Amino acid sequence: MSTFLNLMVYGLADGAILALAALGFVLIYKATSVINFAQGEFLLVGAYMFYTAFVVLQLPLVLAVVFGVVIATLIGVLVERLILRPMVGENPISIIMVTIGLSIFLRSVVQMFYGTRPQSQPAVLPTGSVNVLGATIPVNRLWVLLIAAVVLTAFTVFFRRSRHGIAMRAVADDQQAAMTMGISVRRIFAMAWALAAVSALIAGILLGDIYAVDQNIAAFGLLVFPVVILGGLDSVPGTIVGGLTIGLLKQFTSGYLDPGLATVIPYVVLVLILLVRPYGIFGETRIERV
Amino acid sequence: MLTRAYQHSLNGSHLPSGRPLLEVDHISLFFGGVTALKDVAFTVTEGHVHAVIGPNGAGKSSLLNCISGLYHPQEGQIRLHTADAPHEDGTHGKVHTHALTSLPPHRIARLGVARSFQNIELFSHLTVLDNLMLGRHIHMRHSVLTSMLWFGPARRQEIAHRQLVEEVIDLLQLQAFRNKPVGSLAYGIQKRVELGRALCLQPALLLLDEPMAGMNAEEKEDMARYVLDVHELAGVSVVLIEHDMNVVMDISDRVSVLDFGKLIADGTPDEVKADPAVIEAYLGAEEEDDEVKEALRRQTRHVEEEHRG
Repeated sequence: MSTFLNLMVYGLADGAILALAALGFVLIYKATSVINFAQGEFLLVGAYMFYTAFVVLQLPLVLAVVFGVVIATLIGVLVERLILRPMVGENPISIIMVTIGLSIFLRSVVQMFYGTRPQSQPAVLPTGSVNVLGATIPVNRLWVLLIAAVVLTAFTVFFRRSRHGIAMRAVADDQQAAMTMGISVRRIFAMAWALAAVSALIAGILLGDIYAVDQNIAAFGLLVFPVVILGGLDSVPGTIVGGLTIGLLKQFTSGYLDPGLATVIPYVVLVLILLVRPYGIFGETRIERV
Repeated sequence: MLTRAYQHSLNGSHLPSGRPLLEVDHISLFFGGVTALKDVAFTVTEGHVHAVIGPNGAGKSSLLNCISGLYHPQEGQIRLHTADAPHEDGTHGKVHTHALTSLPPHRIARLGVARSFQNIELFSHLTVLDNLMLGRHIHMRHSVLTSMLWFGPARRQEIAHRQLVEEVIDLLQLQAFRNKPVGSLAYGIQKRVELGRALCLQPALLLLDEPMAGMNAEEKEDMARYVLDVHELAGVSVVLIEHDMNVVMDISDRVSVLDFGKLIADGTPDEVKADPAVIEAYLGAEEEDDEVKEALRRQTRHVEEEHRG
């Protein structure tokens, strides 16, 4: 029982971070129809930006987060403006190639400045543990869950209620009509990239804190693919269900079966889902008649 | 029924009635080797319902797309005149002229040009209310940051805009559908929602692309009534594309006729009805079709007699 509880908390924490990372991916896909293979690198860059502000520049925690958000927003907007906008109307495969190129570029830039060794960063979230039903639960995982829940709720409310959120959904729904409503589609695209970069930043900071600030963060980010395939490429609630499922699956496999298998299992799920329900659990089924 | 007091004026134009509002100045539009529009020129007057009619493929929708900025004509100019709010002493505000051909669609929308589409282009995943509130987008002034906070100024503004949206809901009798996702509604209702969404912009010029397409006679009549209400109650100038000649003749002040991308007639409904070029475009050359027309006449007489009997 104690192992089960333990694995569950670890799995949920991983899953919550994955949901944040996947949220950015879904945002970009929904608004701009771009499949962003650089989402994992956004996490990596986010984690290192925070490290730079917090450890290298010695800024206080709040300022370091603000610094990270500003830089992430800038990166998101610049990527959209300089790399994706010239690609509008191009073949989807070319656009995917461009995002793969972007992922390599971002990873290399991080390596260029910080090398490949893990950076030591003082713990931000409270450490220590609590005993629940005989299981030792680390407190920082609970904090991760709380923070992710708050951020995900905030994003959801933003999409459902706010003028800009609804404008984003309108663009995702029908670009032409959105333009004739006076909505600038370009600004919405830039906003989608900026928000995706910010959600990735938060995921990156959390990951850096509970694991380490190193290159593995990008590999963790690659897990957004099983998550979004499971939840549906264009579904925001799907990212939460998908993220938590993959997180739990990974931890349980690792704890009960084999840690090696745990690395593979998310991708096995990915293949199975593609075979059985290619639009994901919450994704919209699109039937194209030609 | 027209006595109900509405608080908000749905007409966004401050131009004095009778002044030129939109000038289509000899535009031509090509798609590769295909000529969609050739040297089309006419003027829409403030306060008019201006119909654009023509057979299938005459270029009516292309013309509308040029006005709303979705297409850019290779030749010619489209000019929109707007005026500032009237001064306190009652004199008219300063008039500005905008070259629409060099503006992107969202900037044209911000000048007060609203439209509907021939094949409904609503945000089908959003509710009727959200669709209509999106019509208020250009009038809302607050940044991404305050809109994230949701409370405070953003909230107060929403409430103010909601009042206008409720008046549009009232005018078009959409009360029962307020919170329904648009995709789930019947075709006729969706058409009405689209008209409503355009109205929520408080347009200076309303472009309607076949608002009655695909409707039965009764629905058409209702829609014509709504369009007239909008025009009479709100004083909005309307450019209306329609297939059905009869509907158009009843409700418009002025009619332009397109055929194969060319303007073949432009005038009052009576002038246009009598124009030989229009008759030919609609009915084909006289001698060839005499037999068809005779058959039609016989058919009509037959039906009338049956009704009487």
